[in-house]
Amino acid sequence: MMSPMQDLMASLPLAYPELLLVGFALVGAVIGAWGGDKTFGFLSGVGALVIASAGLWAIADRPEAAAELFQGAMVADGFGVFAKALIGLSAAATMLLGADHFRTINEKRFEYPVMVALAVTGMFVMVSAQDLITLYVGVELQSLAAYVLAAWRRDDARSSESGLKYFVLSAISSGLLLFGASFVYGFTGSVRFDAIASAAAEGAGGVGLTFGLVLMLCALGFKMSAAPFHMWTPDVYEGAPTPVTAFFAAAPKVAAVALMTRVLYDPFAAIEAQWQQVVVALSAISMVWGSFGALLQSNLKRLMAYSSIANMGFVLMGIASGAERGPAAALIYLALYLPATIGIFALILAMRRAGHAVETVGDIAGLAQRRPWMASMFTMLLFSVAGIPPFAGFIGKLLVFTAAVDAGLIWLAVVGAIAAVIAAAYYLRLLSTIWFSPPAAALQPASGTIVFTATTAAVLTFPVLVFVLGFLERWADWAVSRSF
Amino acid sequence: MSELIAGWPILSILTFLPAAGALWILAARGPMSGQNPGFDRGVKLIALIVTIATFVVSLFAFAAFDPNGEGFQLVENIPWALGAAYRLGVDQVSMSLILLTTFLTPICILASWTIEKQVSAYMILFLVLETLMIGVFCAMDIILFYLFFEGGLIPMFILIGVWGGSNRVYAAFKFFLYTLLGSLLMLVAIVAMIGIAGTSSIPELLAYAESTGFDPNLQIWLWLAFFASFAVKLPMWPVHTWLPDAHVEAPTAASVVLAAILLKMGGYGFLRFSLPMMPDASHFFTPFVFTLSVIAIVWASLVAFRQVDIKKLIAYSSVAHMGFVTLGLFSGTEQGIQGAIFQMLSHGVISGALFLCVGVVYDRMHTREIACYGGLVNRMPVYAAIFMLFTLGNVGLPGTSGFPGEILTMLGAFQINAWFAAIAATGVILSAVYALTLYRKVAFGNIENPKLDAITDLDGREWVMFVPLVIATLVMGLAPAYVLDFTAPSAQALSQAYLGAAP
Repeated sequence: MMSPMQDLMASLPLAYPELLLVGFALVGAVIGAWGGDKTFGFLSGVGALVIASAGLWAIADRPEAAAELFQGAMVADGFGVFAKALIGLSAAATMLLGADHFRTINEKRFEYPVMVALAVTGMFVMVSAQDLITLYVGVELQSLAAYVLAAWRRDDARSSESGLKYFVLSAISSGLLLFGASFVYGFTGSVRFDAIASAAAEGAGGVGLTFGLVLMLCALGFKMSAAPFHMWTPDVYEGAPTPVTAFFAAAPKVAAVALMTRVLYDPFAAIEAQWQQVVVALSAISMVWGSFGALLQSNLKRLMAYSSIANMGFVLMGIASGAERGPAAALIYLALYLPATIGIFALILAMRRAGHAVETVGDIAGLAQRRPWMASMFTMLLFSVAGIPPFAGFIGKLLVFTAAVDAGLIWLAVVGAIAAVIAAAYYLRLLSTIWFSPPAAALQPASGTIVFTATTAAVLTFPVLVFVLGFLERWADWAVSRSF
Repeated sequence: MSELIAGWPILSILTFLPAAGALWILAARGPMSGQNPGFDRGVKLIALIVTIATFVVSLFAFAAFDPNGEGFQLVENIPWALGAAYRLGVDQVSMSLILLTTFLTPICILASWTIEKQVSAYMILFLVLETLMIGVFCAMDIILFYLFFEGGLIPMFILIGVWGGSNRVYAAFKFFLYTLLGSLLMLVAIVAMIGIAGTSSIPELLAYAESTGFDPNLQIWLWLAFFASFAVKLPMWPVHTWLPDAHVEAPTAASVVLAAILLKMGGYGFLRFSLPMMPDASHFFTPFVFTLSVIAIVWASLVAFRQVDIKKLIAYSSVAHMGFVTLGLFSGTEQGIQGAIFQMLSHGVISGALFLCVGVVYDRMHTREIACYGGLVNRMPVYAAIFMLFTLGNVGLPGTSGFPGEILTMLGAFQINAWFAAIAATGVILSAVYALTLYRKVAFGNIENPKLDAITDLDGREWVMFVPLVIATLVMGLAPAYVLDFTAPSAQALSQAYLGAAP
């Protein structure tokens, strides 16, 4: 048994990514307080760099075997490392979008990079949580920063409304999470995942444990905006500034998915039969509801909100499909989904008219005639999110279908297939507006950063993927095999 | 000629040459975008050169191909992720369909010469579409097959939606969503098959189906999922309703590709997957498929008779002709399968040519209504003669390529069930009824519509378009053995394996 001091010294090197982020947040806050909003550009640039390198550091410095940190409060393992890399890269990309956007609309406030860094810290803690307390701390750190970000444009009524709505609904889900965690603690006698796992394997807890787990699942479903806990998503997506929406659509989703996977496959692996039905139900409802809901939307961001709900349904299909293939499929699905969704938001940001970004589907009418390149990128990204081959999103769908069919959940795969067709209808509606409608008024030229982000995302959806997919697959398998 | 290309990845070159042409146009368009007639002309020329080059490459592949060889040839195999691999290879059936594709695409580009709207986008999409079509027939990995198979929806969707007729958006949606639903169900079945057989390679799946075989109860479900995709694509009655809409609204060249090649993917799918991989289920469902086929033949012929729109009439005649294809395929006899393959190739040429014929008068009059025409023979004698030939081919007159396919499929079906063959035979009569009526109304009589007075006969470009098609129709009709001997090894192997697996 190591002394607490020895343990701390041994743990610190493995927690460098988190420490780096916290360090940036603290120092950045001081620099910002000293230099005022002039430092916005500098802090954003450095922040994006720090966040990306924190994610890459996690990968570069990955432990060979899972290693406990801070007396078992956290763990550094392959799964966490993979999720951290995804979170770091996507958060950095959206941060750059935000820096550019807020400069354009003159909302330069230095707290933005600091808040994003804190949210990312929370996500890193979430994905490496190894007991219920750490889990809750991570979730709350991430959420609190996210509320502030959602209400970033404080003079804008919709942005404030979105922040408030997010806060109130999210607080309820946090309550559920705590309530469920207290049940779990009460029936197993521990907050540590390994102790819960062995208690669950011995059959301790019974209905009480299941009850606690279901409450926790509801809360986590809320965080990843799975139906029927998705109600906040369209409003928050619509109200929040677009780069913040892009941020919400990417990094926190990874964190929530990774956390849910870890909770299900680590402490509750023994009662898979109980939670599988719940996850299957969440998955089916999300896919169907997300697809139908999006059909009726005319606001681009609301439409993307429903699209993300449906996509989370597909991720949940992966999670529901058992340890052999499920988590790896869910991870790869996310890795392929993130660039596409960030790219779409970048394009939405890029299309500005009379000082305002486009909002409704009608605003992008006839884009193919005004901006053929942009329209082509939009097309690739949308088809990728819709899962149409040969674009990247298709591989994700293929993997979760494979996982589900192997796990005997054929009917879920069929529901997914039908939902994907319904979803294709609204992606096609966007595309038909872009390609088939007479062009709307001319657009302002877009900034370089945003166009660069969108182009990178579009290139990632197909040409690069052919060569990268093999690596990605090996990484995901490695990540999962070292963890569960 | 085959030594010239020894060691070359000829199928990859063939598949991706059109896509490279698309990149060429893309690179050229950067500095010169905008409304520039000279540039548009250049783009059309690039597309034409690339598609002709692709045709030449396909001739090289054909030369390197051993007509008597068994199984897949010209194989390429590069490992990829997910257990899948980039595997290409062709057998006699796919080789002939590839030749059909590469033969028709330059003609389609010529037919698109009158396009004026967003020319470079149009040509890029067309070239990408050709890559995807060739890829479908080359793919020897089921995942790769699916990539190409479904990827083809995207360029077609945009082609119909941007350059189509007045109701084009509706038609594009219907086309895409109908086919997608079928495809996704097939994807679930593909995933299940890979899980059971442990491989995604088509030859290995075929070997597994022959040696071990999929569980007969499971086969029923797999068969239905594949059927959902291929029946929509083919299309079979009653899931054909997307076809008339898509055909009517699509620009001429897209109609040609749709009728001549995309529909064949359904037949090719039955031939490659349903029959050899799920023989028990195919036997089980044969009466069902036969019933749908003869309904398609008779009913679609009757519907075709009542059409007022030329393109719609031809679209319904396609549904009827595809009924012969499924009839022949599911008879499982060698004649039936040979006839089905022949019918697919012949229908590719003839229906493509008929859509081009419609395109010729549409370009001049901008209407497809039968009633607006009449007496064309007085002003356009050459056109009338060519249209006559293809009409007769559509009817299945001996001496044209329409005949051997129909007679062989009926022969094949007759051996299984004489009644179905008898009902199908009435389809031949009905096809004469609607096709000749159409011809009479359009070509014969006096000119009633004053606008037709100034209509001109074929110009040089249109001559170039039609001559190869006329030759193909007559050669395939007068000397069908060239084609039948070529496809015989595949058809024999398939038929023997299929009938051998009969319960």
